Amino acid sequence: MSDPNASMAAAAPETVEKETYLGSDLPPAPGDKEKSRSLWSDAWRELKSNKVFIISLVLIVVFLIMTFFPQVFTFGKDPMACDLTKSRQAPSSEAWFGYDNNGCDVYTRTIYGAKASILVGVFATLFTMLLGGFIGVIAGFFGGWVDSILSRLTDIFFAIPLLLGGILVLTSFPASDSTNLYSEVAKVVLALGILGWTSMTRIMRSSVIQVRNADFVVAARALGAKNSRIINKHVVPNSLAPLIVLATISLGGYIGAEATLSFLGLGLQPPVISWGTMINDAQPYIRVAPFMLFFPAFFLSIAVLSFIMLGDAVREALDPKLR
Amino acid sequence: MGRYTIRRLLQMIPVLIGTTFIIYAMVWALPGDPFSGKCGQRPCPPAYVAEMTAKFNLNDPLPVQYFKYLVNLLQGNFGESFSGRPVWDEIMQAFPVTFRLALIAIIFEIVIGISAGILAALNRGGFWDNLVLISTLIVISIPVFVIGFLAQFTFGIKLGWFPPTVGPNATVYELLLPALVLASLSLAYVARLMRGNLTENLRADYVRTATSKGLSRQRVIGRHAVRNSLIPVVTFIGADFGALLGGAIVTEGIFNIRGIGGLLYLSIRTREGATVVGVVTVLVLVFLLVNLIVDILYGAIDPRIRYE
Repeated sequence: MSDPNASMAAAAPETVEKETYLGSDLPPAPGDKEKSRSLWSDAWRELKSNKVFIISLVLIVVFLIMTFFPQVFTFGKDPMACDLTKSRQAPSSEAWFGYDNNGCDVYTRTIYGAKASILVGVFATLFTMLLGGFIGVIAGFFGGWVDSILSRLTDIFFAIPLLLGGILVLTSFPASDSTNLYSEVAKVVLALGILGWTSMTRIMRSSVIQVRNADFVVAARALGAKNSRIINKHVVPNSLAPLIVLATISLGGYIGAEATLSFLGLGLQPPVISWGTMINDAQPYIRVAPFMLFFPAFFLSIAVLSFIMLGDAVREALDPKLR
Repeated sequence: MGRYTIRRLLQMIPVLIGTTFIIYAMVWALPGDPFSGKCGQRPCPPAYVAEMTAKFNLNDPLPVQYFKYLVNLLQGNFGESFSGRPVWDEIMQAFPVTFRLALIAIIFEIVIGISAGILAALNRGGFWDNLVLISTLIVISIPVFVIGFLAQFTFGIKLGWFPPTVGPNATVYELLLPALVLASLSLAYVARLMRGNLTENLRADYVRTATSKGLSRQRVIGRHAVRNSLIPVVTFIGADFGALLGGAIVTEGIFNIRGIGGLLYLSIRTREGATVVGVVTVLVLVFLLVNLIVDILYGAIDPRIRYE
């Protein structure tokens, strides 16, 4: 799967500084402090009445319950309790999604599979957001040679496709017999995060550049505020919106990327249950037992869909131009 | 314009060196025995290990190793794989297939993506708009490997419209289905991007001016609104062509295409370090060149843009 961040990064106003616009349509000037303060409350009011936002939020809450309390949905069934005599039995009233090759209940495993996928998505997003956001703020705020070095560094990592880098990192890891969910998740998060931060950096940098010379920053500096205070109190709060939108959309992308890596046999490894590993298991039996592939793929797609819809709704609410 | 191009070409050098160094370090310096599984079930004989260690300079510190590799690369020597096959030959054998696949995928993106976007923007809020929005959202949320399996199962096996796998010659007809799968995600982005831009441009002042001048609707949309909306779309498609060449790992795997993606995946799994670094170098170079061409093309589409 190609990287969903690519579209956002391509649309990011990277080109602003290297070309001169002769027309009057300069990039929009940043609003002053008071306006941008009400931007968040405006956005919240807008979101509360947005049907898409409510639907995706409900779906995400359901997935979060699956992540932390899978027992709520599985009526106490154990995902590891398998009965070989039931191998590949079709869906029935007893097992809604049928049985997989080892005779495990596909429904129970699909519910338990949410945990690994959601954890990878959330932590990969947090990791890239913090790292990429930090580098972007430093590059955008200080400009000059700091910006040049950091931007070239970003270019270097940006030129390596996400999936390719993920495969490289995961193959190079020494094989471990660990069946611990969290260490497996950490490995995949690291593999995705090492290359994923670049689009966050680019978007944060360009939005910091737009705010950097705003009147309220100049005023704060004239009052004797230190750089650290200006960044924390003025620049970051006023340039965070595009990063948050990108992060929400990326979360769905990372869940898909984890599934792709697991599908290639590199991401999470079999004792750990995830949608990707379930699809990988089901692949040879697609002609005789398509339900083995269908249900985890369906849950995976719905999870990705809800984060993308949430991101879309947040973007619409935060971008006054689209209202 | 000439100075701009030269400056961009010079800027490419550090990026290319940095990227290949990172890949080189990931391939050769990360923990793991480069000889594991190279000699079947038994450990490799010491003579073989000694010869290969010398051949790939494995005893040198990493920067020295990389420098020696870079010197060879500048002389057009991509090195040899463990089996002694020149890496350049391997790349040249796989590249034409992937290039054809990516080209067909780009044509799908341009034709279907842009027309769907225009159709949606012109019927904003109508049936076609909703159809495009919902279908692109579905395509974006289903991972490519699932789309690939579904397409192979439905059109290749059940309906038999297309061959389910691609033979060694990889004809255009055989590549149609894989190219559509490969293009699907970007196609959806192109359609949405085009729809968004065109919607915004249709409300712009210059469109109102053109209409009030008495120009036909066709001319207002075709010459003014669509042309202005194409700029971000061209950027996206350009960046995507580079990504498609390298990102075809999954699609090439499902449809058994012997292209760059398959070569790369196999080389990573069998730890053929020289092949991995060579393929990635070529891919990154293509990616950077395509981006440069797109930036230069800007000037042709949008006369407001001038190069310093």
